[in-house]
Amino acid sequence: MSDVLARSARSAGRTLLTRRRAYAWAAATAVLLAMPFYLDRFWLQAGLFAMAAAIGAIGINLLTGATGQLSMGHAFFLAIGAYGYCVLAGDGGDGLTGLGLPTWIAATLAVGLAGLAGGLFSPIAGRLRGAYLGIATLALIFIGQHVLFNAHDLTGGSNGRDVPPLHLFGLTFDESEAVVAAVPFGAAEKLWYAGLVLLLACGLFARGVLRGRPGRAMNAIRDHRVAAGVIGVPVARYRAGVFVLSSMYAGLAGVLLALVFQRTVPDYFGMTLSLEYLAMIVIGGLGSVSGAVAGAALVSLLPQLLTRYSDALPLVSAPGSGGVAPGEASRYLYGAAVVAVVLFLPGGLVRITARRGTPTPGTSSGTSSGETA
Amino acid sequence: MSTFFELLLNGLSMGSVYALIALGFVVIFRATEVVNFAHASLLLAGGYITASLHDDLGFWPALLVGVAGAAVVGAAVEFLVMRRYRGSDHSVLAIVTIGVDILLTTELARRLGTDVLPLGDPWGDDVLSVGPISIAHTRIAAFVTAALLITAFLLAFRHTSWGVAMRAAAESPQTAALMGVRLGRVSLGAWAVAGALAAVAALFLTVFPTPGLERATSLAALKAFPAAILGGLDSTTGALVGGLVVGVTEALATGYQSELTFLGRGLGDLAPYLVMTVILLIRPAGLFGTKELARV
Repeated sequence: MSDVLARSARSAGRTLLTRRRAYAWAAATAVLLAMPFYLDRFWLQAGLFAMAAAIGAIGINLLTGATGQLSMGHAFFLAIGAYGYCVLAGDGGDGLTGLGLPTWIAATLAVGLAGLAGGLFSPIAGRLRGAYLGIATLALIFIGQHVLFNAHDLTGGSNGRDVPPLHLFGLTFDESEAVVAAVPFGAAEKLWYAGLVLLLACGLFARGVLRGRPGRAMNAIRDHRVAAGVIGVPVARYRAGVFVLSSMYAGLAGVLLALVFQRTVPDYFGMTLSLEYLAMIVIGGLGSVSGAVAGAALVSLLPQLLTRYSDALPLVSAPGSGGVAPGEASRYLYGAAVVAVVLFLPGGLVRITARRGTPTPGTSSGTSSGETA
Repeated sequence: MSTFFELLLNGLSMGSVYALIALGFVVIFRATEVVNFAHASLLLAGGYITASLHDDLGFWPALLVGVAGAAVVGAAVEFLVMRRYRGSDHSVLAIVTIGVDILLTTELARRLGTDVLPLGDPWGDDVLSVGPISIAHTRIAAFVTAALLITAFLLAFRHTSWGVAMRAAAESPQTAALMGVRLGRVSLGAWAVAGALAAVAALFLTVFPTPGLERATSLAALKAFPAAILGGLDSTTGALVGGLVVGVTEALATGYQSELTFLGRGLGDLAPYLVMTVILLIRPAGLFGTKELARV
């Protein structure tokens, strides 16, 4: 009897919780959709960077967080996405190679290209473990930088190249202003919605992967590679597959970043960028989609926030004035955050909310496995 | 032909410097199974201390302080960060060292700014000429110092109780602890040694013909990663061989750059990574690394 009571109380609690969660989601969606009408360009761009970073971070979280394959070469795949899009969509007007494909095809192909590059690396990625893989992927960064600076026809060398604006369904994502509800809609406003849709799609797909059979296999590989192989997980194939998938996420992030920047330069895709992505997933939470998004938002918005308010903040001064520049201040902060999160908050930022949501971790996993059984 | 020998000698000398860095890297890995991505910043710290003190103290005392300082920084990272980690996943600890690296490098790069600091070494730009071959004094000094340090270290590793404790800890931490080896002290020592070796390497990475200590010096230090990996992360011999391979490859690729223009400029920076990739394809655990044996 008391058992039944307890169970009904628990289920009531859960519906309350899901309802509250639904409200939170609805509110967040409304706020996100309304933002282009209220925020100025600076914040929209910052938000778009965060969205692109979030897509990339979801990708590297599938690889490093969920499957345990340390990758320091994520920036390389971002570069392939960004430059791939430029090459495929460019019209050759600036003297650089451009195939002049319709831009949405170019964007899709650029993502595919990043995946292909990931696939080409899989003979190495599939055989190395842990630190060996991490440092081998470091090679990708240096190879990437070398190519970006030297393949002048494709990349424009150190000056970079312009990014052709995206055309989709008769809509051009550039500065040609359309006025919606008395708000001029430039590139940032239009891309905002494209970014939201892409992020949502990427997030849901990754969540599906993680919650389903592949996700369990990936976690098994991370936790014990040999045991995973023994119970029938095709380890090498999974590791190569995850590497490809993660590269495709990075490629998409690269395309979006290029569209927001409107110009790609090789310096951006260096080692620092790879380290930033690792910082994102560690701070947010390894192996979860929401963790990747939270970490990406934090790490990519932090420098923007500090730059914007550098006058008002103590200890931070404008760049070039000798004190701690905003970029440096944000690097201190997220460097320290990486260390602090691992030491004091294993599981990352998402763990804070998760802990409040479920009373004990044991019960939630117990009931869910009971339901599936 | 004399160009070839010059390049080879320069390569061996640079390679011995890389071997110093890689050795520190391997020592940390053996003692704690942690891959230390903060190694480049330890090196930068040692170099920075030497560079900022040599005017007041003179070169040799400044170098001594720099080496000691880098050792203290290394030990501090171990004591303040690594030791506090409660989990058991070493790849997570590797990411922590990335966080530490971001912190240290940002601070040092901010202090350095765009400056290029000389380290005040006594060798200057003197060149020794033997027949058609000429080689800078700094390169000879680098080779001799690195060779002495590495020999001393390998002997210590084999014959002192510190070395035995460290090898025991690498072999089996539990057993070593039960035998009375203090694991905390072993890993503290490993980090300090790695820092000290990195500081010495910093000196030779910044002397003639390089202009001095600058932000990009930490990039040069990154070449020790392929050195450590291609030799095998858990092998001191591997670090040595790896360092030399990387040094020679880099020197030859830079030296014959004009004949390799179709591959683009700046090939010397890339060559070590290409060699590493090829070697890892053939031997996934590096040349001298132990293959993993797993029990389920």
